[in-house]
Amino acid sequence: MAMMEYIDAIRLAMKEEMERDDSVFVLGEDVGVKGGVFTTTKGLQEQFGEERVMDTPLAESAIAGVAIGAAMYGMKPIAEMQYSDFMLPATNQIISEAAKIRYRSNNDWTCPVVVRAPIGGGIFGGLYHSQCPESIFFGTPGLKIVAPYSAYDAKGLLKAAVRDPDPVLFFENKKCYKLIKEDVPDTDYIVPIGEANLLREGSDITVIGYSLPLHFAMQAAEELEREQGITAHILDLRTLQPLDQNAILAAARQTGKVLIVHEDNKTGGVGAEVAAIIAEHCLFELDAPIFRLCGPDVPAMPISPPMEKFFMLSKDKLKAEMLRLAEY
Amino acid sequence: MESQKTGGTVDRHKPLGLTDGQVIDMYRFMQMGRKYDERSLLLQRAGKINFHVSGIGQEAAQVAAAFALDREQDYFLPYYRDYAFVLSVGMTMRELMLSVFAKAEDPNSGGRQMPGHFGHKKLRIVTGSSPVTTQVPHAVGFALAAKMQKKPFVSFVTFGEGSSNQGDFHEACNFAGVNKLPVIIMCENNQYAISVPVHKQLGGKVSDRALGYGFPGVRVDGNDPLEVYRVMKEARERALAGEGPTLIEAMMYRLSPHSTSDNDLAYRTKEEVDENWKKDGVAAFRTYLTELGLWSEEQERDLLAEINLELKEAIAYAENAPFPKPEDTLLHVYSDSAREGGI
Repeated sequence: MAMMEYIDAIRLAMKEEMERDDSVFVLGEDVGVKGGVFTTTKGLQEQFGEERVMDTPLAESAIAGVAIGAAMYGMKPIAEMQYSDFMLPATNQIISEAAKIRYRSNNDWTCPVVVRAPIGGGIFGGLYHSQCPESIFFGTPGLKIVAPYSAYDAKGLLKAAVRDPDPVLFFENKKCYKLIKEDVPDTDYIVPIGEANLLREGSDITVIGYSLPLHFAMQAAEELEREQGITAHILDLRTLQPLDQNAILAAARQTGKVLIVHEDNKTGGVGAEVAAIIAEHCLFELDAPIFRLCGPDVPAMPISPPMEKFFMLSKDKLKAEMLRLAEY
Repeated sequence: MESQKTGGTVDRHKPLGLTDGQVIDMYRFMQMGRKYDERSLLLQRAGKINFHVSGIGQEAAQVAAAFALDREQDYFLPYYRDYAFVLSVGMTMRELMLSVFAKAEDPNSGGRQMPGHFGHKKLRIVTGSSPVTTQVPHAVGFALAAKMQKKPFVSFVTFGEGSSNQGDFHEACNFAGVNKLPVIIMCENNQYAISVPVHKQLGGKVSDRALGYGFPGVRVDGNDPLEVYRVMKEARERALAGEGPTLIEAMMYRLSPHSTSDNDLAYRTKEEVDENWKKDGVAAFRTYLTELGLWSEEQERDLLAEINLELKEAIAYAENAPFPKPEDTLLHVYSDSAREGGI
């Protein structure tokens, strides 16, 4: 066990997987000599060499497309998109190619690629260094999508992604990089893709979400319990695709009151699907309408501090909404 | 190297290292591709199949490219007109017919994809899609794997001149150039992107673009299979020697309409098409073989009869083969069967 930041856990996962398997390699912009713009790959090129920690030309579709080709051959590439905002040129490669390779070849060819991309705002990144693009890829069968909230899960899910026989999008939260710090085992463990995680048990309200907003939900839950005796049941989806339907329904039934949170904007977001699943299966077991607290439906996050603050979720926003649900 | 002369025709293939037997084989594959293509057009017109996309006029270059590759080791990323190419690297008429009839046993996709969307792992034919030129970065990925794993193979990828305008072409060429990867990138410039002629697609030459990526670009007469073979062979040697990629622009003409859904005379004249039939690489190669005394009327008759029989058997087999089960639509979304598609 070692105390480490979320970003260290991601780096450790790559290091361990590269030590374990020669076919694992990292490619992306600035991942080599510089060690990544966030230092996510720092030290890896020193250990594994220029070929396995590869600085690529600045061209995201090639990063994804070359990784897909190498994966079809049998390599295990981890392709880094410097910011998820910049991965849209690679969308055709991810959606038309990676997601469909097994299916269109009738299980003859496979594409075990991992695409890592930092999501989220709160770092004064403005419109194009703050976005959450999950909903662009969500609903594309053939892709798996994970979005860890904790450092423990970041390591275990990334290791699971590398070992997965299908394409996995790994959305790491850049605000979590340094904010989340916890004990992470230095042993070889994985967190299975497709399993949600109960972060906290409670009996009054249920909060379902993923990534950074769960940090605010946990803080808010502690305060609500301490100050008002309201207990929150909090489910971390961890994997967005495929969603852990059983865990979602169990969490919804636990309290009959559900708040769904994510930083991606509300319309067409992952939360809409979670709400639909609950409505399909246990609508009449609910004691309140399903609440959603999400990023606003504006094109992206402005850089000006008051505007960024307005856009971002926070402990206070979570607390207010959780209280409103509890009192419903 | 001295060329041998027979009558007025110079033997051009032996200096390239091709035996008489090999050039005869090349011609056989060209005719197989041609006849498969013609028959598929007829099957569509007869209402037996839904769709066919044609490669008539492109066979000579395709077969020549295949013969210059190592058909036991190299990886192939063909595009949708490459029937003669895939036949040359081991796909059978029966397999192609299973695809065009969209039957379960189709090795390309189990009846899932349009015909011409090749894929056959045993033959190292990499599965392809319809959005054009996405396969070029994949070919570069295979070449990267060859370099990283120190394996003596090259990857070979084809596409049309219209597709060469896609970002993926440029991004992939640059990536391959920077890393000196063993990939051969061949544009089959057939003068048309569906209806749009080459002068509305390209401001310059496709082959000249290689200069900007730091590797050789060669324009070659695609109707001359021996020239295509020569430049392909050189490209493969460069690739294996660690000297990096080669871009080949093979000039040809799409003699048939884009697909069975296209009326080409809406955008080009019959005279233009007829004029290009005179340059047909398959007919020219037959003349070459005949003039060298390697091919006769009788051999031609036998070959066509043989192909005809093979086609007939392939069609009968494919027509009678079972369709995929409707519910098999849900299979192979992910590796684990527990997470197949839902409805």
